[in-house]
Amino acid sequence: MKQEFPKGEIKAIRGRSLVIKGDDIDTDRIIPARFLKCVSFSALGEQVFADDRKELKGKHPFDLAQHKGSNILVVNDNFGCGSSREHAPQALMRWGIRLIIGESFAEIFFGNCLALGIPCMTSSKQEITKLQNLVNENSNQIWDFNLKELSISNKKESFKLDLEGGAYKMLFSGKWDATSQLLDAEEKINNTVKDLPYLNNFK
Amino acid sequence: MSSGTLYDKVWNFHQVKELPGGATQLFVGLHLIHEVTSPQAFSALNEKNLEVKFPNLTVATVDHIVPTLNQQRPFSDPLAEEMLTTLEKNCKTHGIKFHGIGSNSQGVVHVMAPELGLTQPGMTVACGDSHTSTHGAFGAIAFGIGTSQVRDVLASQSLAMKKLKVRRIWVDGSLQKGVYAKDLILHIIRLLGVKGGVGFAYEFAGPAIKKLSMEGRMTICNMAIEGGARCGYINPDETTFEYLKGKEYSPKGQEWYKAIKWWKSLASDSEAKFDDEIQLDGSSIEPTVTWGITPGQGISIKEKIPNPDELPMNEQQIAKDACKYMNLEANQPIEGTLIDVCFIGSCTNGRLSDLQEASKIVKGRKVSSGIRAFVVPGSQKVAKEAKQKGIDKIFLAAGFEWREPGCSMCLAMNPDKLEGRQISASSSNRNFKGRQGSANGRTLLMSPAMVAAAAINGKVTDVRKLLQE
Repeated sequence: MKQEFPKGEIKAIRGRSLVIKGDDIDTDRIIPARFLKCVSFSALGEQVFADDRKELKGKHPFDLAQHKGSNILVVNDNFGCGSSREHAPQALMRWGIRLIIGESFAEIFFGNCLALGIPCMTSSKQEITKLQNLVNENSNQIWDFNLKELSISNKKESFKLDLEGGAYKMLFSGKWDATSQLLDAEEKINNTVKDLPYLNNFK
Repeated sequence: MSSGTLYDKVWNFHQVKELPGGATQLFVGLHLIHEVTSPQAFSALNEKNLEVKFPNLTVATVDHIVPTLNQQRPFSDPLAEEMLTTLEKNCKTHGIKFHGIGSNSQGVVHVMAPELGLTQPGMTVACGDSHTSTHGAFGAIAFGIGTSQVRDVLASQSLAMKKLKVRRIWVDGSLQKGVYAKDLILHIIRLLGVKGGVGFAYEFAGPAIKKLSMEGRMTICNMAIEGGARCGYINPDETTFEYLKGKEYSPKGQEWYKAIKWWKSLASDSEAKFDDEIQLDGSSIEPTVTWGITPGQGISIKEKIPNPDELPMNEQQIAKDACKYMNLEANQPIEGTLIDVCFIGSCTNGRLSDLQEASKIVKGRKVSSGIRAFVVPGSQKVAKEAKQKGIDKIFLAAGFEWREPGCSMCLAMNPDKLEGRQISASSSNRNFKGRQGSANGRTLLMSPAMVAAAAINGKVTDVRKLLQE
């Protein structure tokens, strides 16, 4: 099955959710280092949370049949801390995740997700716990994420979410893939180079 | 908002323009790459038909996957060999300087770049590696990036970045004998938490910081990221200049004096404004050891493993997970905890002074029976200098293994791994579940001298007892 990865404006995401509980879940846990021995990201989807899944012998949320095809992940505090490996969001994305909601995210992880077009939305501990409970009560329900309204809702309930302004604009406008914007500034880059003492013999 | 800090000044020098999303396009003065996070970036570059804009500002080495026993090519692990070959090929195609095995300058990227004089005050340094914060020790703004950003830097020598707030961490006094930079940073992370630094750059300052060597300063900045701060830095001073003098890539002749003048001007002003300030007493810090599964779960060697129920609410759950995973009991002293493996090395503590301090503990003693202990120098230069000083012989005589340079068991992407439930005393930076290569292996982080003491006694030991003897 060929997967569509995020592209263009990210304004709405619809789908089923799953929950990973726990604070400070680091990128070593999301994708253990042995899977970083690769020159392409393509196989990472199957290896996401490999060690946690092995330990739970089929009972890990990423293995449960009812979560197959889910695309929204609800997590807790400081998710994605540790190593800068983009392999972590790549693995989540290739498993099928398109949106992550949590209490907070580690900075590099947040930026890596943004560079892939995956919003990392935040809410309070209380709201996240409530959302996680609702998701776990019925994993079949469909959730609608709306970036403009900063919300996610099912038929009955709606949750307010937060996103820092810069990331919001980038996702909303579809300009989250920074390369072309950065390349636009060629002349300005060259000017910056001219003014940097250490690139000009400290003149 | 901060003003007049080194962070503000260096940021201003590197600002290219404001981007529509509100982020800043920031120029990257030094881009370091290695085999793990660069191959996909080069592939993306090729797909987009882009060139490397400033190949002379990117420098490569190989560190994560290198075996430390036998570095003969091809490596016995075909995946490791493929990663290295890919990096070699990419560097060749794009005209990037590569410090490979056998070059005399290969090493863990955060060890080899400073020792070549590549890292200098006032630079912006980026690398697809979270421990890039290390280079902040020189008064650079240095931060880890993901592979998409590695691609961006290759293509444009710049990045879309949001400016961070600045927190000054002022450390008074001086570290006591047997207490090292590692203890100080573990202590700071314990105080401020593993996410306390999210959104901040950490400026480390004060008398205790000023007294640290460059290698000690690198240990501090290296672990800023473990406290959530993407970058940490220390204002450049005479210690910095003394270290850089005569290094291969350091400025020479008249340029050297001009460089010092510029570097001095970058230090945070006496009236600089910080977004937050914290002060602590370095003299009261004791050797510190982690007992749990995050670098913030540290205690002094004199303390007992905390009872999760007595911790603040938001730390209880992870503390319970940690006790269970580590199989350590609450209210037990950390001193005396039996260990299986001792690892001295990594970008945190694989430098010459780290090995030297540890060798003082080891000298004339033997590794406790049943303990597997090994030293992995951070770079080929470190290995060479250590051998010249006879440090390798001290470790070998005590029963340590002496290996070739690489990242090794810090993250176990090479054959050096914990097995099963083994517990290690490690001079590295992360004690995450499964970090050292066994899905249920366990890690206690500490200073290299403390690791040496643990190797001698077969258990967690207050290194000060061995210093006195």
